[in-house]
Amino acid sequence: MTTLARPLPHTLPSYLEDSPRRGIAAWLLSTDHKRVAMLYLFSMVSLFFVGVALGVLMRLEQLTMGRTLMSAQTYNALFTVHGVIMIFMFVVPGLPAVFGNFFLPILVGARDVAFPRLNLASWYFFIVGALLAVLSLFTGKGAPDTGWTFYVPFSLQSGTNVTLAVFAAFVMGWSSILTGINFITTIHRLRAPGMTWHRMPLFCWALYATSWIQILATPVLGITLILVILERFFGIGIFDPARGGDPILYQHLFWIYSHPAVYIMILPAMGAITEILPTFARRPIFGYRAIAYSSLSIAAFGSLVWAHHMFTSGMSAFGNLIFSFLTMVVAIPSAIKVFNWTATLYKGSIRFSPALLYAVSFIFLFCIGGLTGVMQGALAINQHVHDTYFIVGHFHYVMFGGTGFAFFAALLYWFPKMFGKTYNQKVAYLSWFPLFTGFNMLYFTMLVLGYMGQPRRYYDHLPQYHTGHLVATVGSWFLVAGLLLLFGNFVWALFRGEKAADNPWGGVTLEWKVPSPPPVENFEETPVVTGPPYAFEGEALP
Amino acid sequence: MTSTAHASAHPSDAFGARLGMWLFLVTEILLFGGLFIAYSYMRARYPHEFHAGGKELNVFLGVLNTAVLLTSSLTMALAVARVRRGDGRAAAALTGATVLLGLCFLAIKAVEWSQKIGHGLYPGGPALLSLPLGERVFFGLYFTMTGLHGLHVLAGVSVLSVMGVLLLRGKSGPARPAVLENGGLYWHLVDVVWIYLLPLFYLAA
Repeated sequence: MTTLARPLPHTLPSYLEDSPRRGIAAWLLSTDHKRVAMLYLFSMVSLFFVGVALGVLMRLEQLTMGRTLMSAQTYNALFTVHGVIMIFMFVVPGLPAVFGNFFLPILVGARDVAFPRLNLASWYFFIVGALLAVLSLFTGKGAPDTGWTFYVPFSLQSGTNVTLAVFAAFVMGWSSILTGINFITTIHRLRAPGMTWHRMPLFCWALYATSWIQILATPVLGITLILVILERFFGIGIFDPARGGDPILYQHLFWIYSHPAVYIMILPAMGAITEILPTFARRPIFGYRAIAYSSLSIAAFGSLVWAHHMFTSGMSAFGNLIFSFLTMVVAIPSAIKVFNWTATLYKGSIRFSPALLYAVSFIFLFCIGGLTGVMQGALAINQHVHDTYFIVGHFHYVMFGGTGFAFFAALLYWFPKMFGKTYNQKVAYLSWFPLFTGFNMLYFTMLVLGYMGQPRRYYDHLPQYHTGHLVATVGSWFLVAGLLLLFGNFVWALFRGEKAADNPWGGVTLEWKVPSPPPVENFEETPVVTGPPYAFEGEALP
Repeated sequence: MTSTAHASAHPSDAFGARLGMWLFLVTEILLFGGLFIAYSYMRARYPHEFHAGGKELNVFLGVLNTAVLLTSSLTMALAVARVRRGDGRAAAALTGATVLLGLCFLAIKAVEWSQKIGHGLYPGGPALLSLPLGERVFFGLYFTMTGLHGLHVLAGVSVLSVMGVLLLRGKSGPARPAVLENGGLYWHLVDVVWIYLLPLFYLAA
């Protein structure tokens, strides 16, 4: 059990009320980790909806054969910007920057992260990068059209605004790196007395593993993107085959980051799910150490599989074999987590809530995403499905069905703590139906279409794919309806929601022992931890 | 306590500050690491051209710059030793010497670059375009890697200048040696990267 020396005083003003500054400066200049988390939350959700809008437009283009709404060039720009926004501005930084910032210090019993000013600086890196990316849409010779991967040599030749978009991704990379440095130092140095490594909540373990990937992988992407810019301006000849360079080298350097980045996206999501399940199953997490170490091993093995994106690029058969094998190895720690989550629910006294509903959906959708990933790790299947909708369907299952649903689940779980307001539970349940249905209509259809041979990134399709495209597009409407219900509910709660209790779900980790919303200093006095994080034994069920 | 006071809630955690700096240095090494990978690959692909490219470089200036930078690391280490012993003024003077040596390095680098550019040996330059592909890649990498390194020297010089001023005003100093130590760590990293660049480019021939 984690214990506080004294019962909570409710005399301290919450972090939302207490600030030495007034107005907008209270937010833009605050180094309080909770306020920084809010800056991230609001900027990211806004960008997320921009990304959603672009995605819906793409689906509308596929509603009929031939040109429906836009030219092929516009479509190219849409899938590029959709990818850049969703990946670099929502899925990669999403859970660590919002929930990590808000809850990591509280979960380890600290008053703030290790470097609060650096933390605020990383938001500025993020928002400047985001603004540059948005600027790249409207300046120069049109929005970038290379796809979010910026593959050379096309990204060197494209006359569109690639340079600015690439630079935006570079700037946002530093935001990610600085957050990683901050979290690792926080976990090493600021744990409360008695908070040993194996008493840390598993969300912290997940953030720890994520932070290491952020530190080790992001700089390589940074330099790769800089090389693209230098190649475009000066023709230094590293990637451009006409100047003696090698485009495959670009792919290696790009994926050395961007594959581990997949685990930057999914690990914190897994961590959040691991916090949610014990609370609603009313029992400790099953296999604490297995989950903690599987986070680390995903981080380790995930760094060694990048070339499975390049099976068709022309690597040696031996290289292909090694990377195929390592790819399948990553499935093991992921499966360990899935089995442990299921075992946690088994024989638990489950109390259902919208957060649990979204968390369980995460497990289901992540399994589909994960297993289709293993399929692509097999060399023979990969040849067949490479660059088809199968890939698009697969990574949307992992990134949206996985990380996206975990983000929603975490928001449903922690919203009362973060804002001190209660959302409408019925509406939250209701939002799940269109969201989940629409999601599967959209992306499962993509898996099927891809297996039938529909290539990705085409703005048009052949008659045999028409039914599938129709189903997917209609699915996207359901999905958007679900999202609007979900977030509309949150907005309503912000203004009209009832005051939330300090511990609405009966959670046992430290964040549930401070007021909702927490005071600036989080704890009246430093908590002393005397036991494991998920101790429900002997607790009278409310 | 207000949130501004909160911002410096853990100023005394020198270990944490050093840990953060080391983690940052890891990212810097990986930033250069991407370039070293590109260099190794290209060198394996164009061994003769890299040999020929190395001959074009001015070994004397390269070695001179190495000596300058190594000396600056010495003054830096001495500055840190001084601040640990509580002598803020001497530390400030030694930090100033480090800054001057860093500027000296940049000046020599500028001379070198302008010589190369004057001869048309720059990416897209007339002389370079007449050379085989591999040598063009060599010079592309030379300008990229020494350029990025130069930017780091410039960043180091700026940071150390600020630290020197802080020392003189007594705002850093013996009470918080971790500040100057971290500046020193960064400076040594810049030095170490150069130690690899020298043989890879100048001594490649």
